[in-house]
Amino acid sequence: MARVLVAMSGGVDSAVAAALLVDQGHEVTGVHLKLADLPLDAQVPGHGCCTLDDAQDARRTAQVLDIPYYVWDLSEVFEREVQTPFAASYAAGRTPNPCVTCNERVKYAALLDRALALGFDALATGHHARLRRHGAPVVGPGPGVELQRAVDGAKDQSYVLYVATPHQLAHTLLPVGELTKAQVRAVATERGLRVANKPDSYDVCFIPDGDTTGYLAERLPAAPGPIVDTDGEVLGTHDGLWRFTVGQRRGLGLDHHERRFVTDVEPASRTVRVGPREALACAWAELDRPNWTRGAAPSGPVRVQIRAHGRSVPGRLVVGEGRLHVGEDRVRVELDEPVHGLALGQAAVVYDPDDLVCLGGGRVIAAERPAGLPLTSATSRQRS
Amino acid sequence: MTTYCDHAATTPPRPQARAALAAWLDAANASSTHLAGQAARVAVEESREAVATALGCSPHEVVFTSGGTEADNLAVKGITWAARDRSRGVPHVVTTAVEHPAVLDPARWLAERGDATLTVVPPGGDGRVDVEEVLAALRPETALVSVMAANNELGAVNDIPGLAARLAEREVPLHTDAVQAVATLELDVARWGVDALALSAHKFGGPQGVGLAVLRRGLPVVPLAHGGGQDRGVRSGTFAVGLDAACGAALTAAVADRAELRPRLLALTDRLAAAVTALEGVRRSGPSDPSWRLASHVHLLLDGVEATALALELDAAGVAASSGAACGAGAAKSSPVLEACGLQGTPLRLSLGWTSTAAEVDRVIDVLTDLIPRLRASRSAVVR
Repeated sequence: MARVLVAMSGGVDSAVAAALLVDQGHEVTGVHLKLADLPLDAQVPGHGCCTLDDAQDARRTAQVLDIPYYVWDLSEVFEREVQTPFAASYAAGRTPNPCVTCNERVKYAALLDRALALGFDALATGHHARLRRHGAPVVGPGPGVELQRAVDGAKDQSYVLYVATPHQLAHTLLPVGELTKAQVRAVATERGLRVANKPDSYDVCFIPDGDTTGYLAERLPAAPGPIVDTDGEVLGTHDGLWRFTVGQRRGLGLDHHERRFVTDVEPASRTVRVGPREALACAWAELDRPNWTRGAAPSGPVRVQIRAHGRSVPGRLVVGEGRLHVGEDRVRVELDEPVHGLALGQAAVVYDPDDLVCLGGGRVIAAERPAGLPLTSATSRQRS
Repeated sequence: MTTYCDHAATTPPRPQARAALAAWLDAANASSTHLAGQAARVAVEESREAVATALGCSPHEVVFTSGGTEADNLAVKGITWAARDRSRGVPHVVTTAVEHPAVLDPARWLAERGDATLTVVPPGGDGRVDVEEVLAALRPETALVSVMAANNELGAVNDIPGLAARLAEREVPLHTDAVQAVATLELDVARWGVDALALSAHKFGGPQGVGLAVLRRGLPVVPLAHGGGQDRGVRSGTFAVGLDAACGAALTAAVADRAELRPRLLALTDRLAAAVTALEGVRRSGPSDPSWRLASHVHLLLDGVEATALALELDAAGVAASSGAACGAGAAKSSPVLEACGLQGTPLRLSLGWTSTAAEVDRVIDVLTDLIPRLRASRSAVVR
């Protein structure tokens, strides 16, 4: 038995996570995080999280499970570590994944550290991913933990958890990763939890209406620039780089019958480049300050996934002149088959050749197009 | 076994209130003209007379409400709207930065709508409001002054009779939120000279869900709830016979007990404060002169103690005390009252009431003497 703090969003997954931990005999305390400080009129029922309805659902679940429940206001941390960098990243022509940032900077930093300092042994969440120790499911805290994809492949969230360090994984419990979503809902129904049929949320939690462009437009000043094709011909103008992400086809505002994709976003010149799909293919990517869930970088063949819900492709990590070791702030993954639409800022997550174990990953800081023009930004060069 | 030190949030019901509620739960509609209705009305009117006797006002001036919030809203909005209806101009309202949100929020709402102009008078560092500063805020069109009798967080008592006398000269109506004051302060509406006053039953040993407004005869008040015209048309809605009866019974008992309770609580809170402020990093806030401080309140500011840790540890130790007001979601939020007073530190309010015992105070002293040094030592680990 361990003292476990479970982060309860108000959704069915974290509710069932709490229920399973209670059943396993742990001493469970629920905490709801107030993250985005959304005004009431921006709260869309059934979308995102952080609404008062979600807080109320989490509270009611804790009551039914008969566990203590607290609400912690981490909105300042969330604003500083997630929302502000999210907008800044788009302004710099990148495509960030805010869930990864939240796990890295809020859940596995502010929250886990606080939980441990308060005397808890572990932090549990409702993420769909599995933890294994010597091949057996993890039911309590301790070292030697391996992060694996969830039983329910369609719901797998190991991608956004690649930021977890071995120390953090040793204090993490993910009980619902062992269940399919249908099983999760069945447990919730059986326990009489009213969130049993609550719809899944797919949106960025602090943009409940799903209008990322509108959100960014409110936060970022207009910064017009040209839209150019592969030959450098100016096809049009735009009012902000943050409206574009590499691989995007819709919303370019170009009067043209050809299929064109955003192939590059250059913050220094505010230039958006468009081109045919072939121009999107990437054969390698460099990852900024990678994390390895086992502590050491993997060697040999791996699989690499560059989108939260995309498929992985085979590839390998480049170990150049012994430079690759833990703490190395930049590594390269070479892809055996090119991927299309790789944007800077995206997380490239590395799995074992069986595509089961999440070995770690990093944010893409540079990538190559087959044309030979490296896809890289001025800011990334400065940072590296 | 919980040691309950949050009487300012809710104090346990007195036996007289339980008996009245049980006796009148099964009542006919007190507005019905048949004999069963007349019998139910007896309970309402007897309770109204009991309230009038306890408060030194006329029964015609007592309006039962759903609680303190409704009573405050009725006074603030009702008096302001009535003033607007009588004159062509926009009425001016004066209130203070230490008011409960039940006063401050309706006042701000009126100002946002353009129904009033608003002046919010700042408090001193001890939470008290200076009468001269309130008077200095008056304008020719001032239609209402609302100053709380005693602050709910700091227990700071204001000179309401002194203010009322000065306002009477200028014929400006005075409303006072006396929710926190009535359990321990001598309160006489006629002697105080206020025009309106709000109380909440569960702060003086009545049930939750009932309160009352005293509205001086001849003072125009626009109702908030229109309907069947009960309570002189000021507050429509079926009389809550059981709740109203229990409210009167509790107030009668509380007032009868008050002369004995006040010195008893003063001795207990002084002992508690003396023991806890002997610890390093603990300061007592609020007025230093006990005649301007509620006998029930000990408000502490803790240096080097993290608020979430304090809340968890108090629960674990079985002490119910207020470590911060809750936001809509339930997170402890920073207190606007403490900010207005320029006070910093982690707040802890311990409030005693009619069931408090010396043994309970001893236990709280023991718990805090153990807890506070421990939390101070571990703070650096919790706060990043």
